[in-house]
Amino acid sequence: MSPAAIMLSMTVNGEPVQVAAPPHWTLLEVLRYRLDLIGSKQGCDKGDCGACTVQIDGVPQLACLTLAIHAEGRAVTTVEGLGLLAGGVHPLQDAFDRHTAAQCGFCTPGILLSAEALLRKRGREVSRAEVCEALAGNLCRCTGYTKIIDAVVDASRVMAGANTQEAGRGE
Amino acid sequence: MASDDAEREATGDGIGEASAAVGDEASEQAERDRVAWQLGKSHRKVDAMERMRGVTRYTDDLKLPGMLHAKILRSPHAHARIKSIDSSAALAMPGVFAVVTGQDFKIPYGIIPWTPDENALAVDKVCHVGDGLAALAAVDEDTANAALRAIKVEYDVLKPYFDPEEALKVRDREGTINPYSRKGNVSKHVLLEFGDIEAELARADLVIEGEYFFEGTTHGAIEPHCALAHVDGGGVLTVWSATQVSHYLHRELAKVLELPAHKIRVIQPPLGGAFGGKSEPFDLEFVVAKLAMKTGRPVKLLYTREEVFYAHRGRHPMKMRHRTGFTRDGGLLGVDARTILDGGAYSSFGLVTTYYSGQLMCSPYIFPAYRFDSTRAYTNKPACGPKRGHGSVQPRFAMEIQLDKASVALGLDPIELRRRNAIKAGEKTVNEFQVGSSGFLECLEKVERSSGWVAKRRELPYGRGIGIAGSTYISGTNYPIYPNEMPQAAVQICLDRSGRARVFSGANDIGQGSNTMLAVIVSEELGIPLEDIRVLSADTDLCPVDLGAYSSRITLMVGNACLDAAQRLRRKVCESVAKRWGVSRKRVTLAGRMAIDREDPARHVDSAQAFQWAEADHGLLGETGSYNTPKDRHGEYRGGTIGASPAYSFTAHVAEVEVDAETGLVEVKTIWIAHDCGKALSRKIVEGQIEGSTYMGFGEALMERHAVDPAHRGVHVGPSFLDYRMPTFLDTPDLEAMIVEAPDANGPYGAKEAGEGPLHSSIPAIANAIYDAVGIRLDRLPFSPQTVLAALRQREERERAGQLAPHKPADRESRRSA
Repeated sequence: MSPAAIMLSMTVNGEPVQVAAPPHWTLLEVLRYRLDLIGSKQGCDKGDCGACTVQIDGVPQLACLTLAIHAEGRAVTTVEGLGLLAGGVHPLQDAFDRHTAAQCGFCTPGILLSAEALLRKRGREVSRAEVCEALAGNLCRCTGYTKIIDAVVDASRVMAGANTQEAGRGE
Repeated sequence: MASDDAEREATGDGIGEASAAVGDEASEQAERDRVAWQLGKSHRKVDAMERMRGVTRYTDDLKLPGMLHAKILRSPHAHARIKSIDSSAALAMPGVFAVVTGQDFKIPYGIIPWTPDENALAVDKVCHVGDGLAALAAVDEDTANAALRAIKVEYDVLKPYFDPEEALKVRDREGTINPYSRKGNVSKHVLLEFGDIEAELARADLVIEGEYFFEGTTHGAIEPHCALAHVDGGGVLTVWSATQVSHYLHRELAKVLELPAHKIRVIQPPLGGAFGGKSEPFDLEFVVAKLAMKTGRPVKLLYTREEVFYAHRGRHPMKMRHRTGFTRDGGLLGVDARTILDGGAYSSFGLVTTYYSGQLMCSPYIFPAYRFDSTRAYTNKPACGPKRGHGSVQPRFAMEIQLDKASVALGLDPIELRRRNAIKAGEKTVNEFQVGSSGFLECLEKVERSSGWVAKRRELPYGRGIGIAGSTYISGTNYPIYPNEMPQAAVQICLDRSGRARVFSGANDIGQGSNTMLAVIVSEELGIPLEDIRVLSADTDLCPVDLGAYSSRITLMVGNACLDAAQRLRRKVCESVAKRWGVSRKRVTLAGRMAIDREDPARHVDSAQAFQWAEADHGLLGETGSYNTPKDRHGEYRGGTIGASPAYSFTAHVAEVEVDAETGLVEVKTIWIAHDCGKALSRKIVEGQIEGSTYMGFGEALMERHAVDPAHRGVHVGPSFLDYRMPTFLDTPDLEAMIVEAPDANGPYGAKEAGEGPLHSSIPAIANAIYDAVGIRLDRLPFSPQTVLAALRQREERERAGQLAPHKPADRESRRSA
């Protein structure tokens, strides 16, 4: 039987959360089994595939290799939060949909979070090489990656355009 | 199909027919020529957005009240008799609810009805490391894992056989691996001969002999296998499983659990990839079902990634010897192939694999004589089965390198050699398969042009190379796995008053987009956009039987069934609109969420109104559609039906590589792929299949290796995604996918397959490019740096000994002087 649970406090997708879980549980276990945030997937449970990628304080991390207590007091973003934070559908999700970049979609949540971190960091249109570098820790077995790269580059263009428009309005 | 429909249109069957009688022919032509408003465009998939928002529940995302977690105890030995299993200590642990062993599953099963040679859990003996022999259900996974360790098993360890040829020599019972085998370790042997191969090889100007070895590879779907079972108050067992063939799972569950089929419901939740790796029942589905029956609680089991590698059913290692004869101008005269297949411990699809290893080689080239002699051996390894391009990817590797060797020997451009032998539409292969359409020549032309082939063949320096290969694949098989005369595919469609359609299909969408394909067909025929169409698939209670996602059958077969149902509804809707407008039915068309008067487009009503008129005339709008395969497209010989398909796809690949002669590292720069899919119903989905297939072949060529280690008692060499090296974003070359459309009369709107064909020739195209780059023939996969370096050393020695002229001497000379 599992050892006695401990109480964890973190911000998940913008909301403060308190949750009890065994101390040896990973963040992935807490997200999936306690919070029912099933968008983060378990593909290997040992840090090889990237399907469980979430962001902790804005940085992509493997939830299957991160103990839940490591996220104590920090801000966790999962794929469920990606759309919520963008007010419905994130431009990346829209671009993935237009480019058919998700086939089975199992690796997609992790890829979206890695990609979002890249686009936020760059804040401009990204190159195909930059996308490949940033997403090298996320395996996809369906697409051959081509359509994913197309989608991320496209989304970066859309978002850069939106930023330009906003900046224009600001002036 | 098309002619049937034309006939139905012509004979007509309802209201508005009288007014349509005149000028019928012209309006039918108009009907056929109507502008496709959905076909061939790119679409948002019907189910992708919810997957990307993290809302979609895959099997492991399902949770039921009181659910238990199951785990399977697996053998540490490759070959051993089970003397005893004592699970009393495990069962006594708090939180453990039930234990099952092989004694609970004594009825053997097998995906092929003629080879039921495995049990859900081992009964008397274990046959490979990882073979399951007991399982239990507990309150959580940690408890289940702890309890597994408390099960005591006594084994009588037997000599394991890891080499198929050694295993085939065994004659005694003790050394017979599979408990049900009656022919020692021969799992299947096929010898077929067409034409006079010895005579053709004797008259050949050139005979190329080669030996090839294709090491096994596995599917690597990112979602591990998972199943959940529940028995309801009425005694109905529901099994949710990450399977790609719900119907066969349904049948095997009924057999092994001794339940009537109507007491079982199988549901395939959205699936996280399969590639053939989820095409047959696995131990977990039987285990959760039995444990749910025993405990009265829902029971779930999720494989660990390591378990997925041991479950395997992936590509067979094959040792192939080919003799190929040519005339001096490159005409292909015959192929003589001998193949040993390493099957692992159980049959899986092995009977079919053994046939496929030969039967699918008689196209895209036409030749007068062929013999293949294939033997599948049982070995003490995880069983092999179907992986994308089932059975034919390995011999395609051999075949296409043989052709490349011939082109060098004959001084012919390898594309020209292939062109001269290309099979054409309407031709029959030497093993008597009827080829309907063929876009193979166009595929060759497209990759030749887009890759800059002609210039690159001349100009690429030493270390850089370009290679070509071609292939063909089936769009489903003409005969189902178990003989029956019922349709191979069926679809039911209902229209409702709000202008929506519901499509019920037993077909398994495994990420390849088959639900979207069905929505595109319904959209095209009924004039409503994809978002107004709800596809409910792969639930045996709600959907008509479909045979599942294998052998690239869904677009052609389920597509035809869907088209059948959709066209019946279209006629009803058009009739009702025509009646109200007082015009002929043929004047009404459906598109853009409207019914439109073709001759007066300003007159139109929205789809909901049109459907309501039709419902008023006909009652509830529901139609079924069925498809069955033509049964006259194969040879009348034993095995002649295996590999016969209603339509064949064609592919050509050109790969450009750079080989580092210092390190042996091969970098594939770009692969150009042209694939003839008959008609692309949804463009980006087809491109995605072409790219994904080619990527998978690329991985098999350079990186992937599924093998067990005989020096370590048969454990897997690397059962993780770290050790089993699948290409990442950084490894994968640029993939230039091009669609070729040679419509086939048997396909819906001419469509053929796209999901598996474009894998085959990517591997030999890379091998041939490596030859062009540095002059080495790689006859073993994968092309690891060690293999490449060893071959380079060997070539250097032969060059030094004067047995070989230097490769690309002019370029090397100029570099040396520079």
